[in-house]
Amino acid sequence: MRKIIALILLAMLLWGISKPISNIPFGMNKINVAKHYITKDISETGAANVVTSVVVLYRGFDTLGEVTILFIAAIGLASILYLPKKRVPDNPPVEDSSLILRTGCRFLFPLILLFGTYIFVHGHLTPGGGFQGGAIIASGFALMSLSCKERILSTVRLGVVESLAGLTFVTVGLIGLATGGYFLLNFLPKGTLNMLFSAGIIPVIYVAIGFKVGSELAGIIGNLMERTQ
Amino acid sequence: MVAMVLIVIMLIAALVAAALKDLLGAVVVATLVSLITAILFYFLQAPDVAMAEASIGAALETVIFVIAIRKTERFEDK
Repeated sequence: MRKIIALILLAMLLWGISKPISNIPFGMNKINVAKHYITKDISETGAANVVTSVVVLYRGFDTLGEVTILFIAAIGLASILYLPKKRVPDNPPVEDSSLILRTGCRFLFPLILLFGTYIFVHGHLTPGGGFQGGAIIASGFALMSLSCKERILSTVRLGVVESLAGLTFVTVGLIGLATGGYFLLNFLPKGTLNMLFSAGIIPVIYVAIGFKVGSELAGIIGNLMERTQ
Repeated sequence: MVAMVLIVIMLIAALVAAALKDLLGAVVVATLVSLITAILFYFLQAPDVAMAEASIGAALETVIFVIAIRKTERFEDK
């Protein structure tokens, strides 16, 4: 009986949500801000990828908050999982990975790193950016820590890379504040459209975000893996 | 047409993931949901979101869930 009532309520909720949504024509009826992004974007920022310039320039402050949330989540996880070195967890020992997995991972790992780097360096030209590239790099590290037990990531080094990347982001933003009057001002020259060195501060910030996200996610996975051994 | 087939597969996979008692299998089926979501984002001309979904939803999430299952129990009991 209760399940039936729940189903009826759910159906009513679904109907109530789908009714107004179906009235909006998909991909049409853009609000003024979206129109501005689409029509003025390339002449204002010099970045070929509109999504990137929205994420890094127009909404750059939100991105800083997003990166901070990820940072806090990583700190929280590390502090929950923290064990003093002397106390060895009493999990069963992990058996060695097979030869196929080890060889395949050693072959794939550099390619995954290269692909992730390509994605965040070319964030202003092609789809993708710091978050995607960082996540791909972190999945490469996850693959490596599955296959090779002896190559354990140094948490200290990851922390240094992460902090430097975060500092770069904030410093670039503050230089904009000092020179032009607002945070994350695009103070570098825009350059030629579709070139690697174009779009001012966008590539700088996206490389910083790529390093930051990659080291944070790799740190999370490294922390979890360490506890399982 | 392809999108409709994918959406049906995705819905079935989501229901299976909720119903399965084998948690490792449930994680694999949930990865399928993420993967199809990424393909659908690509069909909707949002390659940026598709890449984020594929790398985080399909790769990292699975790794984290598998590690968690390895630390706890594989089968859900009542």
